[in-house]
Amino acid sequence: MRGSLLDLVRNALRSAAGRWGAFVLLVLVIGAIALPPLLQDPAAIRDAALGAQAPGGGHWLGTDVLNRDILARLVNGARISLAIAALATLLTATLGAGVGLVAGYSGGAVDSVLMRLVDAAMAIPRLFVLLLLVLVWDRIPPAALILVIGLTGWFATSRLVRSETLRLRQEAFVTAAEALGAPGWRVMLRHLLPNVAGPIIVTATLGIGDVILLEAGLSFLGLGIQPPTPSWGGMILESRSVMTSAPWTAIFPGMAIIATVLSANMVGEALRAALDPRIA
Amino acid sequence: MAGWALRRLLQALATFAASLLIIFVIMRVAPGDPLVRLESNTPLDPAEVRVLRQRFGLDQPFTAQLGNWLGGALRGDFGTSIGHYPETVGRLLSTRLPASLILGGTVFLLNFTVGVWLGVLQARHRGERLDRWLTRGSVALYAMPAFWLGLMLIALLSLEWRIFPSAQMHDPFIAPEAPFVTRLMDVLRHLVLPAITLSAVTIAGTMRLQRTAMIQTLREDYVRAARARGLEERRVVWKHAWRNALFPVITLFGLSLPVLVTGAVFVEYVFNWPGLGGLAADAISGRDYPLLMGCAMLVTGAVILGGVITDFAQHALDPRTRPG
Repeated sequence: MRGSLLDLVRNALRSAAGRWGAFVLLVLVIGAIALPPLLQDPAAIRDAALGAQAPGGGHWLGTDVLNRDILARLVNGARISLAIAALATLLTATLGAGVGLVAGYSGGAVDSVLMRLVDAAMAIPRLFVLLLLVLVWDRIPPAALILVIGLTGWFATSRLVRSETLRLRQEAFVTAAEALGAPGWRVMLRHLLPNVAGPIIVTATLGIGDVILLEAGLSFLGLGIQPPTPSWGGMILESRSVMTSAPWTAIFPGMAIIATVLSANMVGEALRAALDPRIA
Repeated sequence: MAGWALRRLLQALATFAASLLIIFVIMRVAPGDPLVRLESNTPLDPAEVRVLRQRFGLDQPFTAQLGNWLGGALRGDFGTSIGHYPETVGRLLSTRLPASLILGGTVFLLNFTVGVWLGVLQARHRGERLDRWLTRGSVALYAMPAFWLGLMLIALLSLEWRIFPSAQMHDPFIAPEAPFVTRLMDVLRHLVLPAITLSAVTIAGTMRLQRTAMIQTLREDYVRAARARGLEERRVVWKHAWRNALFPVITLFGLSLPVLVTGAVFVEYVFNWPGLGGLAADAISGRDYPLLMGCAMLVTGAVILGGVITDFAQHALDPRTRPG
């Protein structure tokens, strides 16, 4: 089974879009991990009265309203954004897989109740619930942000995993495992989960972009990552007052978001095409 | 067919009820109290707070509050807003609804005309440079945060070049008794940037789906037969092929409602558009329970209705999918 997952990734990387996406994502991740210590302190304010300085001189991408280095803030923002995206996506995939497996394998009343609830939850726009939950905190800690984003994103995954599980439940290998006396949890984890891993990975990858956009949006509204911690959405929020006189303060964080979301989506699409070549 | 329709409607109703229950529970479990916000503006004495709690029914147990709200809602009474007291929720919603419908409707129209046309264009030129660049462009737009695109358009088109207004839906200097055409042009001018922003970040879905469906249809034998008969290419594409490549796109329209709602919140915020998104955000931050439930009802109702309409349209247009 592990071999086939590796094949999935290998096939996805065979397409140009998949390779480019993975490359940009890798550069972003490595940059976010390795660069911050080499750059200035993103929160340090020196000569704030100077205001936003154009790119050049000691600041490759210029400085923001408070004369803070934009490159340093971007890279540190990448750290936060990518960490939140990774952890929230992990939570989403786990919850979606768990609920989907239990619903699909148990069937009957458990299945109906779970899926009716998922139907109802999917009818509520995610942002609505997110705002409701985020505002519980005055200054939301990053861990809570991850939890809140993760808890509101697993519905579609659970539905997908359930339908795959329903299909697989009839297969001989499941019947064989059951006949050998394997308990339900073992059948789900050892026999069903590896076989639905492909679709889970695809939806999870395609969800990364959504998470990054949501986190940036919340931070832009002042409800996500709290200053002075730099975040891409927060940087765009702070640039609003100087958008015409210092456009670089808004352009670079926006570009960072687009590059990340775009490359994550490209990898996701490549994985999807590799999993099901018919739709390409 | 009638049995299926009834079942589908009942299911939609049950989903609606469950969604409202979920929101009600989250709303009440989440800490924070509507009166705290009122108090931060003007200090209230405890006796006043008690009176206010009683007026809004906040002193009653959870189930009683739910029952009260439900009883009122069934009679068309959605209560009185706490934050905008003494406005009723119904009135607040109906004053904000037109702006939302104008923006949402325009975006739907743009996606349906421009998105469909571009998707068909891509399918006809499949694999060529035009197709590849349109895909790249739409995918890049899809990765763009709506609020950022909105800000960029404002910076360029309204602050630098002063072509379009940057905020609101009306020019305050145009009197309400001005000729209809003047007022219409005014709203349209205000609509351009928000509509383009919201459409740009959502149009990729329509284009892609239309492209895929059209590619499949163009391969069909009947299309080749139409070409072989020497029909004009435009006629083959639009009269013969496109009609059958439309179903998936229709499905997408019902399903894209939530995306439009979410995007609209940011777009309305950036452009100060007086729609429901801003009202909902306001209600959430102020813990204005009655207004919050009103907004939730409208939004989830629209989403569920979108799904139902999609299903019915699908069956009406494509007899093969009809049950029974």
